[in-house]
Amino acid sequence: MRLSDTQRLIAPKSAPLNDFARLMRKLHVDGPLLVGLLLICGLGLFVLYSAVGESNRLLMNQVVRLGVAFVAMLIVAQLPPGFLRRWTPWGYMLGLLLLVLVLFKGEVGQGARRWLDIGIRFQPSEAMKLGVPMMAAWFLHDRQIPPKLGHIAIIAVMIVVPTILIARQPDLGTSLLIAASGIIVIILAGMSFRLIVGLGIAAIPGALVLWNFMKDYQKQRVLTLLDPDSDPLGAGYNIIQSKIAIGSGGTFGKGWTNGSQAQLEFLPERDTDFIFAVLGEEFGLLGALTLLVLYMFVIARGLYIAVQAHDTYSRLLAGSISLTFMVYVFVNTAMVTGLVPVVGVPLPLVSFGGTSMVTLMAGFGILMSIHSHRKLLPH
Amino acid sequence: MASLLSPIKDVHSERRLFIARVILSSVVSVLLLGFVIVRLVQLQVVDHELFAEKSQGNRVRIEPVPPIRGLVFDRNGRVIAENLPAYQLELIPEQVGDIDDTLSRLSGLGLIEEEEIPRFKELSRSGPRFKPVTLKFRLTDEEIANFAIQRPRFPGVDFRPRLVRHYPNGSAVAHAVGYVGALSTDDLERLDPAAYAGTSHTGKTGVENAFEADLHGDAGYRHLITNARGRQIPSNTSELLDTLPDDLTPEPGDNVYLSLDLDLQLVATQAFEGRRGALVALNPNTGEILALVSAPSFDPNLFAVGMSTSQYRELSENPDRPLFNRAVRGAYPPGSTIKPMLALAALETGATNLTRKSFCRGFFQLPGDDHRYRDWKPEGHGPVDISDAISQSCDVYFYEISVDIGIDAMHDYLSRFGLGMQTGIDTGGEHEGLVPSREWKRRSFRDRDDKRWYHGETVIASIGQGYMLATPLQLANAIAAVGTRGKRFKPYIVAAVEDPLTSSRHLTQPQPLPDVEISSDFYWDNVINAMNDVLQGERGTARAVGYGAPYRMAGKSGTAQVITVAQDEEYDELELEERQRDHALFVSFAPLDDPQIAVALIVENGESGSNVAAPIARTVMDAWLGYDDAP
Repeated sequence: MRLSDTQRLIAPKSAPLNDFARLMRKLHVDGPLLVGLLLICGLGLFVLYSAVGESNRLLMNQVVRLGVAFVAMLIVAQLPPGFLRRWTPWGYMLGLLLLVLVLFKGEVGQGARRWLDIGIRFQPSEAMKLGVPMMAAWFLHDRQIPPKLGHIAIIAVMIVVPTILIARQPDLGTSLLIAASGIIVIILAGMSFRLIVGLGIAAIPGALVLWNFMKDYQKQRVLTLLDPDSDPLGAGYNIIQSKIAIGSGGTFGKGWTNGSQAQLEFLPERDTDFIFAVLGEEFGLLGALTLLVLYMFVIARGLYIAVQAHDTYSRLLAGSISLTFMVYVFVNTAMVTGLVPVVGVPLPLVSFGGTSMVTLMAGFGILMSIHSHRKLLPH
Repeated sequence: MASLLSPIKDVHSERRLFIARVILSSVVSVLLLGFVIVRLVQLQVVDHELFAEKSQGNRVRIEPVPPIRGLVFDRNGRVIAENLPAYQLELIPEQVGDIDDTLSRLSGLGLIEEEEIPRFKELSRSGPRFKPVTLKFRLTDEEIANFAIQRPRFPGVDFRPRLVRHYPNGSAVAHAVGYVGALSTDDLERLDPAAYAGTSHTGKTGVENAFEADLHGDAGYRHLITNARGRQIPSNTSELLDTLPDDLTPEPGDNVYLSLDLDLQLVATQAFEGRRGALVALNPNTGEILALVSAPSFDPNLFAVGMSTSQYRELSENPDRPLFNRAVRGAYPPGSTIKPMLALAALETGATNLTRKSFCRGFFQLPGDDHRYRDWKPEGHGPVDISDAISQSCDVYFYEISVDIGIDAMHDYLSRFGLGMQTGIDTGGEHEGLVPSREWKRRSFRDRDDKRWYHGETVIASIGQGYMLATPLQLANAIAAVGTRGKRFKPYIVAAVEDPLTSSRHLTQPQPLPDVEISSDFYWDNVINAMNDVLQGERGTARAVGYGAPYRMAGKSGTAQVITVAQDEEYDELELEERQRDHALFVSFAPLDDPQIAVALIVENGESGSNVAAPIARTVMDAWLGYDDAP
C-alpha cells in the first residue's frame, strides 16, 4: 500500500525501528496513546477488583469488555480518515433513524427507553457520541473557517436534533455530553468569542426552560448538590458517602481493598459511577492524582494528534474526541467530589460496564487512524 | 477534492486558529481538572480528619454484651438458680426461600404452634433480613434430635445455644426466689437502657426481682464492623478491625446466698402436696427466712424459657391461683393464732390476770344483746383461766376480756407484734394485712353508721375474725417475737451477696425491730407455757401433734371462717363447697427455751388448725431441729 511506502520513506529519518515499533505502525497504533490508555485501564482494573468485592468473575467480565473495546479501537484505526469522512453523513442519518426508532420501539430499562434490539442489543445514543462531532466536522470540512453564523446555525440543528431525541429517552447525561462534543467542534473551528459569550448569556433562559422540562429526579439531583445534608438518607446520601470515602482516604489511602466505605457498601454505585471515590479512599490523593495525570496525558496526546492532523475534518474530530473525553473525566470526578450534580456519567475506562467503553475506544481508534494515516508531504 | 470545492479556505490561517483554540481548550481543561484536584486536596488533606471520623462512625457499631446473671444458692451453697446453655430454634429470613412453607412444615413437625405462625411471619418481615427470629426458646433433647435429621430440608432454620435461667428445684422455690422473664415494655421504661442493652430477661418477682441490681451485673460492649445495612462483618475477614478501640468486658452479676434451707423448703413443699396454702419458717433470733412456701406453685422455668399464650392462660386462670404468693401476699383472717399476743395485751393492760377464771358455757353475749358469740366447742370449756384459754383455745374467755381490753389497745398490742403492717422483708411485694381500730374504721368507711365501731366487732376481733387480716409471713414474725420474749427482727431471705470475681461476701446483718415490752416475765412464761400445752399439755388442742416430740415446742392453732354463717343456722360442713370450708392455721416455735425456728402456716379450707395445719408445723420443726425420724 501507498502508506506503507511512505512509512518506509520516513523510516531512515527517525531512530531505527525495531520490529515491535514496525508492527505498531503497521497496525496504525499510536504508541503513546496506547500506553496511556493501557495504564488507565490497568489502574482501573485494580480499583474495580476492589470495588466489585474482589470478585474474579466480575473482573473477568470487565477484562473481556476491555478486550472487545481494544479490538474495536484497532479496527477503527485501520479506517483512513477520508473513508470515515465520506461515510459520516450516512452514519449520522442512520444514527438519527435509530434514535427515532428507539423512541417508538426501544426497550425499557431502569425507567428509560435507551436500548434497541436488532439482533444485538445496543444504545444508538452511544453511536451518536461519535456521530455528532463527526457530522459537525464533516460539515465544516469544506466550508470557511471560522464558520459563518448561518453555518453555525445549521450545525446547531445537527447537534440539537439528536440531543433532544436522547434527552427524551430520557438520558440527560448522554444528551448533554453529545451536545458538548458538537459544540466543542464549533469552538475549535474558531467561532468568535463574542458569539460564544452571547450564546452563553442566551443559554440562561434556555436553562430555565430546561429546568421546566426536567423530571423530578433530575431536579432533585441539582437541588441535592446545593445542599446534600438536607436529605442525608435520600438523594444526598450518594454525595455524602462519596465525600466521606474520598476524604477519609487522606493522602495515601486506606490501602487496596481496605476502603471501609466501599467494602462495607456505604458507598453506592461503587463499581460504576462512583468508582472514583473507591480510588480516592483506597489509594488516597496520590492515587487520584495519578489517574488524573494519566487522563491528562491521554487528552494531551489527543490534542497533539489534532494539531498534527492534516485536514479540517480530522483536526476538528480529533480535537472534539479528546476534549469530550476531558469533559467525561471532569463531569464524573467533579460529580463524585460533590462539585456538580449527580449525572449518570461513568468514569471513562474505569467504571464497570461495557456500553460506553466501545464508543470511547472507537474514538481513540479514530485518533490513531488520523495520526497514522497522515499525508507526510507538507502542504 | 475538498480543496477544490472550497477555494476560499486559507489552510495556514485555519491551522493557526485551530492551534490557538486547542491551546485555549487545554488551558480550560487544566483549569477544570485543576478544580477537581483542588477539591481532592480539600477533601483528602484539609478535611481528612473530619471525614476519617465520619467513616469510622459509619462502619463501627457498638454492640452491648450482656453480663452473666448472678447465681442463687441456698444457705448451704446448693444451687437454687443457675444459667444453663439451652438451644433455641432460629430462622434467618434472608436464608429462607419460602417462609410460609417453612413455618407450616415446622408446625407440622410440632416444633412451633400453628397459631403462632402469623406472628413469626410478621417478625420475619419487619426486621433486617439477616437478623434471626427466635421460633422456640428452648428445644428438648428429643426436639434437637428430630430437627437435626430434618435440618437439610430447612435452609435458614437452625438451633443456637444461649444461656437460660434454670431453677433445678423449679416449683418448690418459685415463690421464695421468684423468676426471671423476658423484658417487657414496662421493664424497659423502668430500667437503665444502657445497662440492659444486651439483656433479654429480668427478675420479675421474689429475690430475682428485689435483688435485680445485684444479680444483673454490668453490661459490657464490643465494637463491630458493620456494613451499610448494619450486617456484621466477620472479624477474621477484615483487617479493618485493627483500628478499633478497646472493648469492655461485662461485669458478671453478684451471686446471692439465701437464708433459705433447700431441704427444709422441700420438706415443707412436700407437706403441702395437694393442698392450697402457705408456710413461712424463720429464725426468731435473726429474722432469716428458712422456708417460704406457697402452694400450689408453678414452674418458674416456664417464664425463663418463655411460654405460649395457652400455657400462660392455664397458669393465670387456674382457680387455685398458682402464681399467687400466699406467703407474703395472702391476707387471711388469723383466727385464734393471735390469742397468745392478745393474752399478753390483756395481762399487760390489766384486762385480766393470771388467776382470773371464767366459766365457758359455749357462747358469750354482750350485755343487752341477744346475739350469741359461739365458742368453737358448742358445749363449752367449763372453768378456764388464761392458760387454759390459750391451750384449749377457749373463745368465750377472749370474748369476755376483749371488751375490757378494747379495740384500740388490741390494735396497739397487735401492731407491736408487727401485724397490720408490712414486715419489711427484703423481697418486698407484701400485703400489709389489717388490724382494725376505731380510727381505721372512721377512715375507711363512708356511711356514718359504718364509721362507728361496735362492741360486737371487738368481740369477734378477739378471735382473729371480722376485719382482721394477716399474712403467713406476719404471723411467723409475730409468733417468733413471742418465742424471743419480745425481740423482733426484720425478716430477710438473702443472707449474703458475693462478688463472683473476688469471692468477697457481703453478709446481711439482722435488723432488730422495736422490742415488744411486757412488764413482767411471768406474763411471757405463762403465755409460752400455755402455747406449749397446746402441743404437749394434757388438754391441748394439738396434743396429738406434739406427742412424743423429743423437744419442747410451743404452738397455737387457728381456724378462720371463710364465710359468715347466719344466726342459728346449723352449718353442715358436707354441704359447703370445699372452698368455703374454714381455713386451718397454725403458728409455732421451738425449742421452747431457746427458739431456733418459728413457723406460721395456713392450709386453705383445711378446716382444722390443730389437725391439719399443726402436723405440717411439726414436720418442719422436726426437720429443722434434726429430729426427722421422731414419731
